[in-house]
Amino acid sequence: MNLDEYRGVWVFNEQRDGELVDVGLELLGAGRELADKLETELCGVLIGHNVKDLAAELFEHGADKVYLIDDPITEQYRTETYMKAAGDLVRKYKPEIFLYGATSNGKDLASAVATEVMTGLTADTTLLDVNVEKRLFEASRPAFGGNIMATILCKKHRPQMATVRPKVMKKPERQPGRTGEVIEETISMREEDLRTKIIDIVRDTKKGVNLEEADIIVAAGKGVKDEKGFKLVEDLATVLNATVGASRDVVEAGICGHDHQVGQTGATVTPKLYIAAGISGAIQHIVGMQNSEMIIAINNDPDAAIFNTAHYGIVGDLFEVLPLLTEEFKKALQEETEEGGVPSHA
Amino acid sequence: MSLESISEGRGKKLNILVCVKQVPDTKIIKVNPKTNTLDRSSAPAILNPYDAHAVQEAVRLKEIHGGKVTVLSMGPPQAKEAIKKCVEIGADEGFLISDRRFAGADTLATSYALYKAVQKLMKQDGGIDLILCGKHAIDGDTGQTGPGIARRLLIPPLTNVIKVAEVNLEDRKIQVHRKIEDGYELIESAIPCLLTVEKEINEVEYSPLPNMLKAARYTPIVWTVDDLEDVDIKQLGLKGSPTIVGKMWPPAKSEGAQILAGDSREQVREAVSIMLQQRELFKVKGGERV
Ligand SMILES: Cc1cc2nc3c(=O)[nH]c(=O)nc-3n(C[C@H](O)[C@H](O)[C@H](O)COP(=O)(O)OP(=O)(O)OC[C@H]3O[C@@H](n4cnc5c(N)ncnc54)[C@H](O)[C@@H]3O)c2cc1C
Ligand SMILES: Nc1ncnc2c1ncn2[C@@H]1O[C@H](COP(=O)(O)O)[C@@H](O)[C@H]1O
Repeated sequence: MNLDEYRGVWVFNEQRDGELVDVGLELLGAGRELADKLETELCGVLIGHNVKDLAAELFEHGADKVYLIDDPITEQYRTETYMKAAGDLVRKYKPEIFLYGATSNGKDLASAVATEVMTGLTADTTLLDVNVEKRLFEASRPAFGGNIMATILCKKHRPQMATVRPKVMKKPERQPGRTGEVIEETISMREEDLRTKIIDIVRDTKKGVNLEEADIIVAAGKGVKDEKGFKLVEDLATVLNATVGASRDVVEAGICGHDHQVGQTGATVTPKLYIAAGISGAIQHIVGMQNSEMIIAINNDPDAAIFNTAHYGIVGDLFEVLPLLTEEFKKALQEETEEGGVPSHA
Repeated sequence: MSLESISEGRGKKLNILVCVKQVPDTKIIKVNPKTNTLDRSSAPAILNPYDAHAVQEAVRLKEIHGGKVTVLSMGPPQAKEAIKKCVEIGADEGFLISDRRFAGADTLATSYALYKAVQKLMKQDGGIDLILCGKHAIDGDTGQTGPGIARRLLIPPLTNVIKVAEVNLEDRKIQVHRKIEDGYELIESAIPCLLTVEKEINEVEYSPLPNMLKAARYTPIVWTVDDLEDVDIKQLGLKGSPTIVGKMWPPAKSEGAQILAGDSREQVREAVSIMLQQRELFKVKGGERV
């Protein structure tokens, strides 16, 4: 493999129902930095059906080129078709770095493409850099349940690939009017030859389970003891218009559903505010919420590990503290509402 | 390897292969502060929790459709324990591929080695209808091995499965629910195919006594590289791994929380005023927060 044939930083820009997924735009920001350091181009990869118009958005977020595959066969994500589409592009245009959002589809696709073109892939990265001199991509990620950080390198194979966790990179500022070149390719597959078919997509519109995209999460730990304690968490969440999270022990006790679980074997979340009530702070929980912007912990044990990760701590009995929080917030937000419309000076 | 040969001559029963990994319990593992490497001896080895769900699902499907559940693992000799655990859950048979030459494999080299073992197993058993893997292994958290094996076998990977809705052995089709960010997809696939399973798919049940007894006496079959056929040694282990670990370091320790002072009400008042500083979170519009 002649490594010098490979140039350019690529980003897989996943779309769902014709809408770009945020993490792809975030990766255009991160990819731009890598491309600039390497003095090479940044390219978006857009696959779907009737998605051509989305290219403009990619240019405005920093892409120089967009590789487009637009075909009824790729309307919905399927490993079979997307792997072929992306694999063909890689073989033809030879990128040196290829980034994917660590979504269900992004991870699925990256894994398949890595095997298809026989290259290395680093999963769930949170930190990206590049050794310019060696043109070596440095993809770092938490490993072993978050106990350690590791930088993974792929020295002898190209492209160097990574999936990147959503919300870790900053979405770049939009530059209206910025344009670039669309390179359209076709896919040579026929529906009759495919072995998989999407029969239905069931969107879960039920509020309260989309932890990944929540701005505020109030999370319950085993300290809530039972449904009654859990209700106190829900009450606070209602007042804050927040999503309810939970530790695994709460889920396993049957107090709430698995879709509320935060942590290594649940959701990885990055809200602006995370309130942890009665959570001890086991590493498996921490890895799922440590990137929250502000973490407030309530625990009656002053030595609880959660206080190592939280920014602010309330040492106290959650059965007393939660109702007080709900009450104080109600009051405070009521006042804000009454001031509604008056510009704030804060 | 063609798709046909993987399931050639298959009858009306399900032959299921489950790939399982033994992993250190990450809850207990310690990092050596001097070398910044993991002290694996500090943590007991367990069956990867997702793989336990995969075995459970295979056993459930076997109970409905008949057939056989075989498990396959790559790892050091101790990994036999993980296979015995699978027998406890209800697997019929287990194979461990274990050899120095497999060591240091990343996901690409792992999927190659497992693929070679799958080929051999298919010859022995006359076919495999389904391959099940865990969503990911908790030591690497990559979830790349399953799709890698599927690609090598040229069978569809169905990842993040939360439910097997239907198995139709007549038409050789399966329907599963695949978890996506905001719901799930109902996908139909031809059999054979490979599934990676989420925890929601089932509850791992307490093992019935006969299984426990069987597991206690069970010895998994161990293969080395030499037991596999047409193996390209260059694609195995560290040599066959495109990725290498550069450096490792402990994650930044935060300074710890500022514990708020006073009685509960005072603490709460201060906390509320701190949180309210994030004004954009609590914006008000016409009496409705947005
Ligand atoms: C492979 C694996 C994967 C895992 N994945 C996850 C995961 O994804 N997510 C996850 O959360 N866990 C996960 N765990 C489990 C994890 O290790 C912990 O067991 C779990 O997070 C503990 O939950 P907890 O903090 O709610 O319960 P506990 O550890 O029991 O803590 C309860 C806390 O509440 C406090 N408390 C009790 N009463 C009160 C009161 N009245 N007022 C205030 N505080 C009170 C106690 O001081 C204690 O700190 C995993 C474990 C393994 C082995
Ligand atoms: N060494 C191994 N032996 C058997 N199966 C494995 C091995 N490594 C990974 N797998 C399978 O692949 C899944 C995903 O692992 P990973 O890609 O390492 O996250 C696991 O849940 C197993 O089903």
